[in-house]
Amino acid sequence: MAGGIKKFVVGSFDDEAVLFPAVKQVRKAGYKIHDVYTPFPVHGLDHAMGLRETSLHTAGFIYAITGTTTALSFMSWIFTKDWPLNIGGKPHFALPAWIPITFELTVLFSAVGMVLTFCYLCQLSPFVKKHHFHARATDDLFVMAIECTDKTNEAELQSFLEKAGGKEVNVQVAETGWWIGRYDKEQKLYRDEKGY
Amino acid sequence: MSLLKYESQLREPLVDGNKDYHQVTEDIIKPIELKPSRLWYIGFYISVALLLFGVYSVYREVTYGIGQWNLNKTIGWGWDITNFVWWVGIGHAGTLISAILLLFRQGWRTGVNRAAEAMTIFAVMCAGQFPIWHMGRVWMAFFVLPYPNSRGPLWVNFNSPLLWDVFAISTYFTVSLLFWYSGLIPDMATVRDRAKTKLRKLLYGVASFGWTGSTKHWQRHESLSLVLAGLSTPLVLSVHTIVSFDFATSVVPGWHTTIFPPYFVAGAIFSGFAMVQTLLIVVRKVMGLQDYITLGHIEAMNKVIVLTGSIVGCAYLTELFIAWYGQNPYEWYAFSENRANLFSPYGWSYWLMMFCNVVSPQLFWSRKLRRNITVTFFMSIVVNIGMWYERFVIIVTSIYRDFLPSSWSTYYSPSIWEIGFYLGTFGLFFTCFFLFAKYFPVIAVAEIKSILKTTGENYKAKMTDIEKADSEKFYIEEVEHAH
Repeated sequence: MAGGIKKFVVGSFDDEAVLFPAVKQVRKAGYKIHDVYTPFPVHGLDHAMGLRETSLHTAGFIYAITGTTTALSFMSWIFTKDWPLNIGGKPHFALPAWIPITFELTVLFSAVGMVLTFCYLCQLSPFVKKHHFHARATDDLFVMAIECTDKTNEAELQSFLEKAGGKEVNVQVAETGWWIGRYDKEQKLYRDEKGY
Repeated sequence: MSLLKYESQLREPLVDGNKDYHQVTEDIIKPIELKPSRLWYIGFYISVALLLFGVYSVYREVTYGIGQWNLNKTIGWGWDITNFVWWVGIGHAGTLISAILLLFRQGWRTGVNRAAEAMTIFAVMCAGQFPIWHMGRVWMAFFVLPYPNSRGPLWVNFNSPLLWDVFAISTYFTVSLLFWYSGLIPDMATVRDRAKTKLRKLLYGVASFGWTGSTKHWQRHESLSLVLAGLSTPLVLSVHTIVSFDFATSVVPGWHTTIFPPYFVAGAIFSGFAMVQTLLIVVRKVMGLQDYITLGHIEAMNKVIVLTGSIVGCAYLTELFIAWYGQNPYEWYAFSENRANLFSPYGWSYWLMMFCNVVSPQLFWSRKLRRNITVTFFMSIVVNIGMWYERFVIIVTSIYRDFLPSSWSTYYSPSIWEIGFYLGTFGLFFTCFFLFAKYFPVIAVAEIKSILKTTGENYKAKMTDIEKADSEKFYIEEVEHAH
């Protein structure tokens, strides 16, 4: 789902040591950072930007216990109720023997669930396309996009970013969110495509 | 460029040469964008030929039955299950590198984890073939799945280690694949954003799932990797433990031992690292990645090899001692006659295994040999042969003289189709690996970038001055403070 069409002031940084103070300054000046795109996980950047901790691991735990209960209840039901099978005269409720499968399903549920949740939260999927502020954000640039409001003075913000160490500072009109698309085709803005 | 973190100068750089972020991208992604070399084509075609021979061997086995293999009533598990355990074991190194070394915060894993994880996935794919085709009537393979069926429903036996294996191997494959691919998404985006041709843009665009590199996404990605590593660590230990249960829970002398789980896991990591060495020594040379897979990386892996090789050696001796100490005549016969007696029909295989797995890795106590590429490559092959023989020894020497001497089968040698099947899995493995090396970034680009400024050679050089200034300042302050 494509979000709204917004205006952004975009600045690229080629060094994370310049990026950190810049993020601080921009936030202090009261601008709203839309996002910072980096080629690798920059440790501490999420805190510097004031993002809250992810609770993806909690989701992982919930998926894990779902796996545990599924495995245990399924095997118990089968071997004690649905079709009790005499295996060498051993107890029908053979808990120790079920531990391996219970463990495997715990891991499986947790891993699959977490990856799907991750993809859902980050809107990752084949044939999903998003606006990229700079092609080198996946190579060697740290790209900061600042959302403009009605009150924002773009020229001022641009020179502010340049002073903070930003290179290739520019203004971009972009659609936020994601849409179904392919990377070999140019993406037009929604309003241009629909003609309004 | 300024520095964010320091790392001790005593530590060897993990990235050699004068690199910046763009150079890292360039070095690793460039081979994907170029036409493959002649060597690549030759290797690829040989692999495909082997694969086709394997397919034909399997075709014979399915059409004419398991009799195509030289198995008999006494030796019901021959090459087939040996190969299964061997391939699964090889897979373990990839998970060890990507998961356990991530939890231990070992920076050097970043240079080798991507290729090692790919190796894991391909090795598990190969391993899975053996139990499946060993079923004989492979069209009944779905019987191992617990689903409500029209046969009662007659469920599978959840108390059986063979069924645990089904769950363990399939979970292992799935989780390894997810772990590998989730790490690959950002790098696929890097390839996509550099792509010039339309086809590349389309394919890498699809493969990169629309990754942008957003900070929030990276934060989740880090959390995901950490938890997947936490899950994979016990998982990898459980997989070979469960494989060893296939043997350990039986009543066959030579199999019925409690030492099997840790001994199998150590052996798996041992053989897996040997295979990683074999592959990476070739990859770094052919693709010119010596700056990223350095001698330091090779040495680190050789240390793991000498450690796990010694654990395996210790297990062999413990097993032998307990067989004697336990005073069970059958158990002792299996060890003293079937294995340790060099002149018994399979005695040679036991001593070959001992030599390859226990004696030869001891070379790596020498730093000079650990850092010698030729020695490492040769040793990696020796270890892989040794670990194949370990499984062969465990399986064949335990069962060829069973409880009924009239059915003793003193000589078992594989048929051409049995060997063909094994060669076929080599074909499958290397076909996949060649395609991987051509179309995927063989080194985790983003991860290398994240350690570049602490462990890159050029950055380390700059740190010397900073460290010196720092310690002088510290000294002056301390002296002033003392007065």
